[in-house]
Amino acid sequence: MTATATKSAALTNPLYAGRRRRNAIAKGLAFAATIFGLGWLVLILGVLIYKGLGGLSLTVFTENTPPPGAAGGLLNAIVGSLVMTALAVIIGTPIGILAGTYLAEYGRHDKLSSVVRFINDILLSAPSIVIGLFVYEIMVAPMGHFSGWAGAVALAVIVIPVVVRTTEDMLSLVPDTLREAAASIGLPRAHMIVRIAYRAAQAGIVTGVLLAIARISGETAPLLFTALNNQFWTMNMNQPMPSLPVVIFQFALSPYAEWQKLAWTGALLITVTVLGLSILARSLTSARKS
Amino acid sequence: MSMPSTQAPAVAAPVATHAKADVAKLTPKISIKNLEFFYGDSRALKGITLSLYANKATAFIGPSGCGKSTLLRILNRMYDLYPGQRATGEVMFDGDNLLRDDQDINLLRARIGMVFQKPTPFPMSIYENIAFGIRLYESLPKSELDGRVEQALRRGALWDEVKDKLGASGLSLSGGQQQRLCIARTVAVKPEVILFDEPCSALDPISTAKIEELIDELKQDYTIVIVTHNMQQAARVSDFTAFMYLGELVEFGATATLFTTPSDKRTQAYITGRFG
Repeated sequence: MTATATKSAALTNPLYAGRRRRNAIAKGLAFAATIFGLGWLVLILGVLIYKGLGGLSLTVFTENTPPPGAAGGLLNAIVGSLVMTALAVIIGTPIGILAGTYLAEYGRHDKLSSVVRFINDILLSAPSIVIGLFVYEIMVAPMGHFSGWAGAVALAVIVIPVVVRTTEDMLSLVPDTLREAAASIGLPRAHMIVRIAYRAAQAGIVTGVLLAIARISGETAPLLFTALNNQFWTMNMNQPMPSLPVVIFQFALSPYAEWQKLAWTGALLITVTVLGLSILARSLTSARKS
Repeated sequence: MSMPSTQAPAVAAPVATHAKADVAKLTPKISIKNLEFFYGDSRALKGITLSLYANKATAFIGPSGCGKSTLLRILNRMYDLYPGQRATGEVMFDGDNLLRDDQDINLLRARIGMVFQKPTPFPMSIYENIAFGIRLYESLPKSELDGRVEQALRRGALWDEVKDKLGASGLSLSGGQQQRLCIARTVAVKPEVILFDEPCSALDPISTAKIEELIDELKQDYTIVIVTHNMQQAARVSDFTAFMYLGELVEFGATATLFTTPSDKRTQAYITGRFG
């Protein structure tokens, strides 16, 4: 039997030829769907860079948001975003890690855990505007004014379920034999978790926090109801506080060309930040695997 | 093999009759009496009575699911980590029933160490893997700690291979080296008994030979209990062998006797490879 003989025999087999045809069609469809999906992403990035890069200059980082018709930058919005994001992470990360630890280590077999896990999953996919309204009701309304604190709390509520989930998932990946090995030299459970399990799951947990930061750095809806916005420089968390997403929202909808230009630049800044965080998170995860 | 003559005769009578001659002179380190074990409602061990002798290696053999690992994991109360598992009966360890509820389990585990089937180095450096356990019980100056780490690694027959890279991750070692690291880590805590749960089943033949050699040396200072699937291994490393089947102890005796003239038909069938 020669190779060509085998090949032609295979092609003349109608069953095999049909299978090859169906394979080609499926492959073509999958390829087209990928191009269609990724195409929009490339388009968005392209437009962002095209429109945003032109406005990018040092003044964006050194001057506050301008009144209509004047030149200015985004300094107060950038700082406001950084402060509220940092605070949200400081509030949300410990709560998230502790809750995730309970689910993965202490309450693994509890009924309560499956309830908590279910609620956490709902929270994970809750529309962020609902979270904004919730914090409005519990903080903004009683205090009588919008504030940076309320904004940070709203963002923290978004951070918590992301961190809970990744912490639990990463701790679940730590093999039980490692826990038993720690126990076998007489290490109490709490020490085992802090000194062995956390260390083994470190990269994954950090990745979860990074992804949470990426998630909240673009959130607009929860801030609209809580921190609102501020034209001016402020570090007073009791006052309304500006943030990049809200400024973009306001400036993009305005009729002023300078504001629109700043909105594009701000959008580019957020996108690049989120992209950078995602790449960092990815590289951390792959470093852990190797 | 000879024991000091000052030693009192063994209190607990062994199950097997033909091992009596050897056993009379030995001290039991752990005496198990009427031990039953339950996973939820299912009974995994049925009335086990058996003595583990000081400075001897005892092997548990038997087909999969016979309860040999379960029995081993009772000896350091490892089952306590999981809900729904409980043991009844008596396991006397130096005159103290280790099954009692108010047993200090962490201190118990420091006295009865364990080496697992898969190597389980902690996610830290080779040095830290050993020092970690030592620091749990002793606060030593750096120089003394260094000495103890070296001593433990020598005991684990690993020192020569790692002395130039103590800062490297324990996970960077080969499987066989990792397992010897785990043995060194166990030894560093200064236990009296070391439990081995199929310590070679994930290793190649050369690493296996090294571990077996090591177990043989460790017998001088520790009481060894080893669970193994490999009957040749049991024959090579142990002084006493317990054959278990379906949660029961079928036969227990000196390894040489059990493997040459077993008294139970099931033991004979198993060691000649007719089932299991």
